[in-house]
Amino acid sequence: MNVLTENWDTYWEGFLGTVKLTAVSAVLALLLGVFVAACRVSPVKPMRVFGGVWVNILRNTPLTLLFFAVVLGLPRFGVVLPFFTFAVLALGCYTSAFVCEAVRAGINTVPTGQGEAARSLGMTFGQTLGLIVLPQAFRSVIPPLGSTMIALAKNSAIAGAFSVVELLGTYRTLSELGFNIVWTFVWIAVGYLIITLSISLVFGLMEKHWEVAR
Amino acid sequence: MTDAPTAPPPTNPASAAPGDPLVVLKGVNKHFGSLHVLRDIDLTVARNEVVVLIGPSGSGKSTLCRTVNRLESIETGSITLDGEPLPAEGRALARLRAEVGMVFQSFNLFSHKTVLDNITLAPTKVRKLGRAEAERRARELLGRVGLTEHAHKFPAQLSGGQQQRVAIARSLAMDPKVMLFDEPTSALDPEMINEVLEVMRSLAADGMTMIVVTHEMGFARSAANRVVFMADGQIVEARPPAEFFASPESDRARDFLSKILHH
Ligand SMILES: Nc1ncnc2c1ncn2[C@@H]1O[C@H](COP(=O)(O)OP(=O)(O)O)[C@@H](O)[C@H]1O
Ligand SMILES: [Mg+2]
Repeated sequence: MNVLTENWDTYWEGFLGTVKLTAVSAVLALLLGVFVAACRVSPVKPMRVFGGVWVNILRNTPLTLLFFAVVLGLPRFGVVLPFFTFAVLALGCYTSAFVCEAVRAGINTVPTGQGEAARSLGMTFGQTLGLIVLPQAFRSVIPPLGSTMIALAKNSAIAGAFSVVELLGTYRTLSELGFNIVWTFVWIAVGYLIITLSISLVFGLMEKHWEVAR
Repeated sequence: MTDAPTAPPPTNPASAAPGDPLVVLKGVNKHFGSLHVLRDIDLTVARNEVVVLIGPSGSGKSTLCRTVNRLESIETGSITLDGEPLPAEGRALARLRAEVGMVFQSFNLFSHKTVLDNITLAPTKVRKLGRAEAERRARELLGRVGLTEHAHKFPAQLSGGQQQRVAIARSLAMDPKVMLFDEPTSALDPEMINEVLEVMRSLAADGMTMIVVTHEMGFARSAANRVVFMADGQIVEARPPAEFFASPESDRARDFLSKILHH
């Protein structure tokens, strides 16, 4: 019990680290994911190919391997960034593949006639997607995006192995100090639960909100 | 078989007199996989002309209609609109599509937008018209299709006939040079068919150039300058409705007419 109270600062720092890592990676993943989804439904073949390659490589690579590739690989090309940035890149790109597929599944729920009507009125691909298709896909995309964000929060733990301060990594400090390992992990688990349940709550509220709106 | 662009067909009293060629298809071919859906299509639609496309199901009417605004691409041949060839992709194509109205069997109103927003969206986003002006135009068009009081409803709150009239107003808001109708009344309950056909008749009378796929032979007789009969991806006959219905030249057309006119 006293693991938590005596090491409040360590836990808090780790907790904040995980929240920050998750939030920043989530923004990157969402932006990138929607962009790649747009590529995948684009009328331009090279864009579709790029989207397909992006998703299939990232989705089918173990995340840890991706971390190694970024942390060890990028510096070889002269790209030297803080570990936090490397972690955001790895997590954001990895998660963008799942965001993309969730968005694409949502796009597929919108009847093709909607896009055809928009295009026949002279809307460009971007206008058709942004004004007609994505707004209608949005609601069905919320639940899978919620799960993807929860997975992201949990996956952020891998960053701890790459010198980024985050929640799971605090166990090393605490066990070195001789604290009870079981209680150490119980409080770490509670920290993750707080984060993941908050994400669930937010996405649940969003789903409700856009359900009642019309 | 083919039509002569130099000699516009006789005027139907219900429409304005056809003018110079507006939509010209030459030697158009298209396949879906191994299926040859459009075979050497030559068709010229004159300005102000109303062409009704009829033919058995699967004969390629919808595909032909959709090639005119390039919702379907073609493999060989050419399509020009007002002298300009259809661009392949991108902004030039979008610009051209803004000139071609399309009305679908399933209405395809934007279900997340109100009736008014459905009509103002393209004028404001594509033509960059001001909001106030776009709304004024939209209300005018809603009046024209008899739906003034429904401006703030969502499509799902309207009947099929009302939705289709909104869809026509939405197309008209772009001031198209030509309007394509792909079986605009086929998804409607019988009692709603006439309200839509009435709107289309009045468009024809005002001189709108129209290509209409329909099974409504009454509309073809009263509003068309020309009936184009298709079978197996080919244009078999293209003649004024009075002649066509009185004495179809081909066996295919005679057979088709005997089937649809007997119920
Ligand atoms: N997107 C498509 N992919 C494959 N085949 C199609 C497609 N659209 C239409 N077809 C086929 O092409 C033929 C012509 O279709 P269509 O133009 O819709 O005929 P119609 O409108 O005269 O009934 C039909 O056999 C149809 O099954
Ligand atoms: Mg059809």
